[in-house]
Amino acid sequence: MTTATHAHADHEHHGPPSGLKRWLFSTNHKDIGTMYLVFALIMLFLGGASAMVIRAELFMPGLQLVQPDLYNNLVTNHALIMIFGAVMPAAAGLANWMIPLMIGAPDMALPRMNNLSFWILPAAALMLILSFVVPFFPGGGTQINTGWTLYPPLSLQVGMSMDFLIFAIHLLGVSSVLASINIIVTIFNMRAPGLRMMQLPIFVWAWLVTAFLLILVVPVLAAGVTMLLFDRHFGTSFFIAAGGGDPVLFQHLFWFFGHPEVYILILPSLGVLASILPTFSRKPLFGHHSLVGAMIAIAALGMIVWAHHQYTVGMSLAAVKYFMIMTILISIPVGLIIFNYMMTMWRGAMTFETPMLFTVAIILMFSFGGLTGVMLAVVPADMQYHDSMFVVAHFHYVLLPGAVWGLFAGVFYWLPKWTGHMYDEKLAKTFFWLHVVSFNITFFPQHFIGLAGMPRRIVDYNVMFTEFNMISSVGAFFFGISHLLFLYIIIKTVRGGEKAKARAWESAQGLEWEVESPPPHHTWTTPPTIKTA
Amino acid sequence: MASAQHGQDHYYVPESSPWPIVAMISALLMVFGLALWINAVGLGAWIFFGGFILLAVMFYGWFSDVVRENLSNVYNAQVSRSFRQGMFWFIASEVFFFLSFFGALFYLRTIALPWLGGEGYLAMTHHLLYSGFEAVWPTAGPQPTAGEFEAMGAWGIPALNTAILLSSGATLTWAHWALKKNDQKQLIWGLIATVVLGLIFVGFQAYEYIHAYRDLNLTLEQGIYGSTFFMLTGFHGFHVIVGAIMLLAVLGRAIKGHFSPHNHFAFEAAAWYWHFVDVVWLALFVFVYWL
Repeated sequence: MTTATHAHADHEHHGPPSGLKRWLFSTNHKDIGTMYLVFALIMLFLGGASAMVIRAELFMPGLQLVQPDLYNNLVTNHALIMIFGAVMPAAAGLANWMIPLMIGAPDMALPRMNNLSFWILPAAALMLILSFVVPFFPGGGTQINTGWTLYPPLSLQVGMSMDFLIFAIHLLGVSSVLASINIIVTIFNMRAPGLRMMQLPIFVWAWLVTAFLLILVVPVLAAGVTMLLFDRHFGTSFFIAAGGGDPVLFQHLFWFFGHPEVYILILPSLGVLASILPTFSRKPLFGHHSLVGAMIAIAALGMIVWAHHQYTVGMSLAAVKYFMIMTILISIPVGLIIFNYMMTMWRGAMTFETPMLFTVAIILMFSFGGLTGVMLAVVPADMQYHDSMFVVAHFHYVLLPGAVWGLFAGVFYWLPKWTGHMYDEKLAKTFFWLHVVSFNITFFPQHFIGLAGMPRRIVDYNVMFTEFNMISSVGAFFFGISHLLFLYIIIKTVRGGEKAKARAWESAQGLEWEVESPPPHHTWTTPPTIKTA
Repeated sequence: MASAQHGQDHYYVPESSPWPIVAMISALLMVFGLALWINAVGLGAWIFFGGFILLAVMFYGWFSDVVRENLSNVYNAQVSRSFRQGMFWFIASEVFFFLSFFGALFYLRTIALPWLGGEGYLAMTHHLLYSGFEAVWPTAGPQPTAGEFEAMGAWGIPALNTAILLSSGATLTWAHWALKKNDQKQLIWGLIATVVLGLIFVGFQAYEYIHAYRDLNLTLEQGIYGSTFFMLTGFHGFHVIVGAIMLLAVLGRAIKGHFSPHNHFAFEAAAWYWHFVDVVWLALFVFVYWL
């Protein structure tokens, strides 16, 4: 455990520059973190809106609201916006805000590049939105009906909107790689004197592992979509069998990125939980070092299991068996993390403020999503589940609890630190219950309609699935509405509320609680002294 | 760990800067223009080149700021370490970018090609779709569309280019030694030699492409051989050009006397990048040209 003494040395730094300049030209990790978080919130509503249209269309069989291609374009956009626009930027926002505070650094290691990493995102979002808008214009070509996986040969036949999407992915890749370089260098080079790697909070470790994953896999996605671009426009045959290429090659490239991407989304959130659990259990974190090891093991295994997304594509039996066994192995380090988190709570003096409520819900629901993941990893079983609504239910149980709720928990946990105000606990708990219950109403029935044979990514369905789809859609509407409450709580907290102490939660540990709430514009301009107890 | 071993009392945080926003605008213009251009829409090409010029201005302005700050001695050892580590991990991400093209080549040659030739359970598919197609490399696939072609040989220009690029690595190391001994003259000549060798390499590469298109009928349209050949060598050539531009900038700064034996991050960054490009070429020579 580490404690710190805080010496004030703010005399040479002044407050933030005024007006628009503060945000456009920023080199401040707190401002950039705030921009990331606000951007993610906007994208959350955009991605959520597309999900609402999807669920409205699936409320009844037959075509009601949207044509098939538009429906599939919405499915594509929902995935891309939520993954690249909402979850990753929100996690990057937490990293920007918290890592320098947690390691006693004055800022990120490369503050200008940090600003660039953020500002590329709105440009990428613009290209993504254009890819959706372009087909509505005369001569704009067809809609992107491929899903976020962009598999050829279908993606080779889509009109010019696909090119906008490919370039959006390039921009997103640049942003992620630059942000990851910054995070790695910050953690390696900017720690307060005497703060050793193995003393770092798990959140910082989780982001370090995530940043390495990003650096290793995002360039592969960039290369894959670049080959797609060349196949579309410059006559190459990477993914065209007639020219000696192979569409399955794209699947390998995509999932070499895509599977680690799942861990990129989840690890930062699991790291957040490691900050929250000790605070509200009033006990030290159980097994700090083994959590670090488990996260590294997850990342390492996560990079060599990608083809479990392609069992039905016709790989050799040996390959399929390898990917099955390695995939199931991942449940061991994941189980270890769940175990450590439960042991942290064991016999603790627990209270259930909103961050802790989310944490407990995550441990339950994420484990559930993990178990359906083991089902999907088993090859003969997956032959039945593949591309069914069961898969949709599975990954929403993984990604909402695993990634999104962890971010919500982190936002509620650190909101007093960021704004200087306590949020409205009653409203936040209302949000929690509305959100979690409606989430389960939305996605739990999808397991059954999936097992019964309803395929995913198709606008229409057999009438036998009507009732469960209706339940799912009603749940989804409540789920969507719950986010308005979330937005209201955030705005309310930013504008006022009970004053937060420096240590906003009575037993919170870590350097971030040694500075005031809200922290001054520049913190740790003189390194804190780390005393190892 | 004693805190005394860290020398500084204060961290360094740079002033705010307009360049990231300029970089974002230039990137947006470039990709937006390119998306229109390749679909033959409106002013696409002009927008792209506008963005490209802005990109060049941005790089010049941003790096000028950093150079100015460095020369006024506001950076400390920690900032220098951040730059170094940042460049290192940037090159690591580039390694994976190239690895995916090599991975594609290996996959297509050793897995996908035998499948197209009817290996394993695909015998019937082969018989019905592509009967008569034999899985031998080089190939333009079972249904070539661009006529006969010849593969690029390894022991002409490519072998010469290997020697040139390896020599450029040696001249760069010579320049580095000179810099460490504070020998300004040898540093400049070493850099000039490196840049010249790099430009000769690019010139030969351009000649090779012309030769491929004119005499060998080896084009981007030549199925999977043409695709992998031009993609791998093309991206490498692009990186050589970028590296040469970096070295030119370093040369300009060396002539101005910016570097000292203990403070020359820009030189090292460009050198690391150049050696990385060098190593990629060796892999290219073996797997694309030779085997």
